[in-house]
Amino acid sequence: MIYFDRVSKIYADNSVALEDVSFSVEPGEFISVVGHSGAGKTTLVKMLLAEERPTTGSVFFESINVHEIPLSKVCDLRRKIGTVFQDFRLLPNKTAYENIAFAMEAAGRAEAEIRSDVPHVLELVDLGDKINNFPHELSGGEQQRVAIARAIVNQPDVIVADEPTGNLDPVNTFEVVQILKKINDLGTTILLTTHNKGVIDNLKKRVITMDRGKVIRDDKEGKYIL
Amino acid sequence: MKWLTAKRIFRAGVLSFSRNAFVSFASILVMTVTLFTVGITLFAGVILGSALQELRNKADVNVYFTQDAPEDRMLELKASLEALPEVSKVEYLSREEALAQFRERHKNDQLTLSALDELGSNPLGAVLNVKAKDISQYESIAAFLKDQQSASTGGASIIDKINFYDAQHRAALERLQYITNSAKVLTEWIVAILILTTLAISFNTLRLAIYSSRDEIQVMRLVGAGSFYIRAPFMVEGVLYGLVAGLITLLIFYPLTWWLGGATGNFFGGVNIFTYYLNHFFYFFLIIIGTGVLLGATASFLAVRRYLKI
Repeated sequence: MIYFDRVSKIYADNSVALEDVSFSVEPGEFISVVGHSGAGKTTLVKMLLAEERPTTGSVFFESINVHEIPLSKVCDLRRKIGTVFQDFRLLPNKTAYENIAFAMEAAGRAEAEIRSDVPHVLELVDLGDKINNFPHELSGGEQQRVAIARAIVNQPDVIVADEPTGNLDPVNTFEVVQILKKINDLGTTILLTTHNKGVIDNLKKRVITMDRGKVIRDDKEGKYIL
Repeated sequence: MKWLTAKRIFRAGVLSFSRNAFVSFASILVMTVTLFTVGITLFAGVILGSALQELRNKADVNVYFTQDAPEDRMLELKASLEALPEVSKVEYLSREEALAQFRERHKNDQLTLSALDELGSNPLGAVLNVKAKDISQYESIAAFLKDQQSASTGGASIIDKINFYDAQHRAALERLQYITNSAKVLTEWIVAILILTTLAISFNTLRLAIYSSRDEIQVMRLVGAGSFYIRAPFMVEGVLYGLVAGLITLLIFYPLTWWLGGATGNFFGGVNIFTYYLNHFFYFFLIIIGTGVLLGATASFLAVRRYLKI
């Protein structure tokens, strides 16, 4: 489903963000990418979302080379990948409902579908009563749950969660990971990047360990070893 | 589906306009200043145009006939002058009328009047007062008259004097032409610079307003929104700024022109800008609202573009 083929990213100042990274992700997998800050986890996510181009190598999503997609068509790729970020990245002037509805509108979904799916997905992340709240009226954990709701509402093939628990307390961290596990149980592929040891050790799923831009371990039922 | 997309875009633009109240307020304020400047230059153009016209109307060339010139030959010359394309108006003043006008002009100058009475007879010849369509055309009219003067070989010329060939009159005409031309060019430059400056300020304000939304645009891109779907609501917002600013400007001009109308009517060639504004309201509406809407849409379109490159 996702294939990184000898991907390297070297910036203009010769700093190496990724070096010869190769791995593949199968449909339905829950894969965690771990590493210290600066290990290259976020760069990896940016490559998959076509936010950045590799210096060498290729990234494939469902056999399409992500970086050969013209800019005008990149939105089609991104609709197939739900994204969750450390800093939530909600639209500040839209309510929880509107934030999720925006992703559906952008995908061209009908009004009736939006009216029925948005409250449903907000119920799923246990925010049924915060439907009309603006992001600044929600706690960090609640904002992240809205972000997850937004990521799953279009039923994407993959959810990419880049340090989703980085700004959360242990209780909210646990809840967010539980939601991701639930989504994975329903068949969606999850790519999670984190440096939270507790999260990884409890997951007991495949773990790719990165250090200074290189993949140093790829364990089927891995632990956080660094 | 296209109708649905348009509805969503419009709704998103209106919502953002109302929710970002302070940004909207600031943008409208700056845009109002721009549109006000545009409006003022329109009025200035009208006033200046009429004032310059008034000045130009003061220029003329006088043909003084000899005292014994027969009236039919003078009227013949008047008719041939009127046939010239450069001439806008020819006025004939008979000897008697010229005398009456002379007396009127010197009614407070007893010395001149008594000298005139001493003479007993009318010392003045008839006069043709010729006005050209443009100041630059007096030269050719004067040349035509000179030809007429020298062509009358059969008898003595009926033309005594053409004042265009007075050095003083000629210099005054040339000066008037220079002043009106310079005033026109100078005004055009000032207007262009003023409008460009205020447009740039407005443009920059909208750019800053959209700069504050750059993270938002990035998020929209990452959740899979297409460029048009992201850009269009910002353009709707820009158009709304332009519309509101335009309406405010048109509203401000109503009491302002009413207040200034009398003064402009008296001072600048008789144009009352209040009546001018009311009579040409549709023209002002189109220019002011059109500029506002176009400015808002273009500035937003260009400002969003740079953040869509991911």
